[in-house]
Amino acid sequence: MSAEQTKSDIRTIRVGALARVEGEGALHLVMDGDQVDDVRLEIYEPPRFYEAFLRGRSFREVPDITARICGICPVAYQMGSCHALEKAMGVFDQVDDSIHLMRDYLYAGEWIESHVLHMFLLHLPDFLGYESAISMAADHADIVQRALRIKKLGNAIVSSIGGRSVHPVGVCVGGFYAPLDPKKATALLPEVKACLDDMCELVLFVARNLEYPDLERDYEFLSLCPDEGYPMNLGRIRSNKGLDVEQEEFLDAIEERHVKHSTALHARIRTRGSYMVGPLARLNLNAEKLHPRAAELLPKVCDALGKKLPWTNSFLSLPARGLETVHALALAADILENYERPARSRIDITPRAGIGGHGTEAPRGLCWHQYRTDDAGMITDARIIPPTSQNQSTIEEDLRLLANRLVDTPDEQAALQCEHLIRNYDPCISCSVHFLDFNRSQKKCRA
Amino acid sequence: MMSTPSTTSAQETNAATAVRPKLAVYKFSSCDGCQLSLLNLEDELLALANAVEIAFFLEARRAVVPPPYDVGLVEGSISTPEEAERIQQVRRDCRTLITIGACATSGGIQALKNWGDTEEFVRYVYAHPEYIDTLDTATPIAAHVFVDFELRGCPVNERQLLELITAHLAGRRPNIPSHSVCIECKRKGYPCVLVSQAEPCLGPVTHAGCGALCPSCSRACYGCFGPMEHPNVESLGSWLNERQARGHRELSHMFRSFNGYLEPFKQASESHERRANQV
Repeated sequence: MSAEQTKSDIRTIRVGALARVEGEGALHLVMDGDQVDDVRLEIYEPPRFYEAFLRGRSFREVPDITARICGICPVAYQMGSCHALEKAMGVFDQVDDSIHLMRDYLYAGEWIESHVLHMFLLHLPDFLGYESAISMAADHADIVQRALRIKKLGNAIVSSIGGRSVHPVGVCVGGFYAPLDPKKATALLPEVKACLDDMCELVLFVARNLEYPDLERDYEFLSLCPDEGYPMNLGRIRSNKGLDVEQEEFLDAIEERHVKHSTALHARIRTRGSYMVGPLARLNLNAEKLHPRAAELLPKVCDALGKKLPWTNSFLSLPARGLETVHALALAADILENYERPARSRIDITPRAGIGGHGTEAPRGLCWHQYRTDDAGMITDARIIPPTSQNQSTIEEDLRLLANRLVDTPDEQAALQCEHLIRNYDPCISCSVHFLDFNRSQKKCRA
Repeated sequence: MMSTPSTTSAQETNAATAVRPKLAVYKFSSCDGCQLSLLNLEDELLALANAVEIAFFLEARRAVVPPPYDVGLVEGSISTPEEAERIQQVRRDCRTLITIGACATSGGIQALKNWGDTEEFVRYVYAHPEYIDTLDTATPIAAHVFVDFELRGCPVNERQLLELITAHLAGRRPNIPSHSVCIECKRKGYPCVLVSQAEPCLGPVTHAGCGALCPSCSRACYGCFGPMEHPNVESLGSWLNERQARGHRELSHMFRSFNGYLEPFKQASESHERRANQV
């Protein structure tokens, strides 16, 4: 962090490399007296051009390639790719219920490992005043160890059907290469139940014992809203301010801008502005669809926080993530308990020319894909809208509001608080480095 | 050192702390998955953080201990002018430099741009190409600086990562086998997907380390650990072409993925591409 006093009342706070986030980003804040001149969440993660080099590859290769966009949420990219490509191939309606269910199971594993990693190893140190979970473990070894156990279980769930937790190999367009082995299901279940019980305790711990800065805003929350069940793989895309579109219409509902300080594109809802995706958005829009185990916890958490839903404070993403982890654990337990080896683990697909768009709920929020294919099933056009690029405008607006309150705060302290706020969004910067529609963006962008 | 018995233990602890090797973890162009493998060592993580001083690891901690470092783990490939410069300083800062994962050892999936037109890629992806500063290639770390050890995998196997760090602490050679995935697969007794399922398996030419994961899921190995030592890629390519009627375009793509820029996968993909273009 560096601070410059160029004039008597202008100060610049800069965190050159944000810590405890996935990927490379920087914070840039300029204040002139009590005015905030400029706030930027800079993303300098190198561009990797996935959408460009996917062209010409077979649709069957896509889930393995897009998984590599992010090592923390590879399942999100695989699920987005599979659903969108099944639409492009015209087989989306033929996917068995048992395949949908196992996708939820796999995704639950990723939510668990990703949420717990973020909550306890990356985010909690902000609340408790440590620079890392490693330092925090000296005083709170119990919490860190319990979290590591649950995180390990999340990875084990992904590995049980995916082969490994980072870039799983079990997923294909049309389903899974092989079904989950019932012996693995039986072996995992007791640990899932034990972790579920402990996670309930941990959620109450964070709700009761942490102090949440008060930064209320009138957000537009956006997430999948399925008719049944808490959002994960399926559903229409809705917001609390009236957006309600089919999956395929999403691209028409938003617009993107390429700004100089970011290799991620900023997404905004057309004619309205920024919006928020992620655990807080999902919870606020779908609380009544939580698994009963999470639903029974919710009023206790609300009591402890002294806040009823909707929660309009990004710092409350921590308990929201906790409730979602409970939901994911309970969901995984149910699926394992009732598991029977399905007749088939994937459907047959004949390549064809087509187009398909679909988003799923990555741990950090809606992750939307669209692919076009030719007759042989080769990709001719690809678009991916990851969650962090959708949240980037909202994060900057939050930072502006927070900065207004930091006029009298020393630089080091102010930088810490801004970093804490950025981490509310669990930004996945590696993922966010993506394009959107070049022609459309060019028309809209200011030079 | 003179001391009273009651203070010895504390001083010993301090001494032990003082000599802990300093570990640094760096990120270049990558997905963060290989760094994450370190955090995925849930059972060993806290012990590891005691055995070494985690001196620089932005994804996990905010505090930074200044260089030099005893061991540097590098994730990611070199794909921007800034990275090409930064890796030189990283090399100077680390006594031992270890690259972890396909991006750092082969250029990674983003090295697909090495066969494309980077300018066209930038225009396809970004509205303002002038804001983007990228090199024409994504290249492995060893193309830029001397590397002491390369750990394969997309992602690395976290057990191998732990073995590598442990071996370094113990001052012995790491036990990282360099044979093929085929050997691992036979040892585990999986049915051969190449022969019995007629799937295009890269196991015979791919570096071991994953534990034959894909065959364990009834699918063909897709080479994410890159080429083994002295693989016979030409023979496997011909076999797949003749016995499974795999076209040269498909074969070119198979070799040109997460480790496509590493010889001899690079050679194989270019050879099949030439033959595909002749048809």
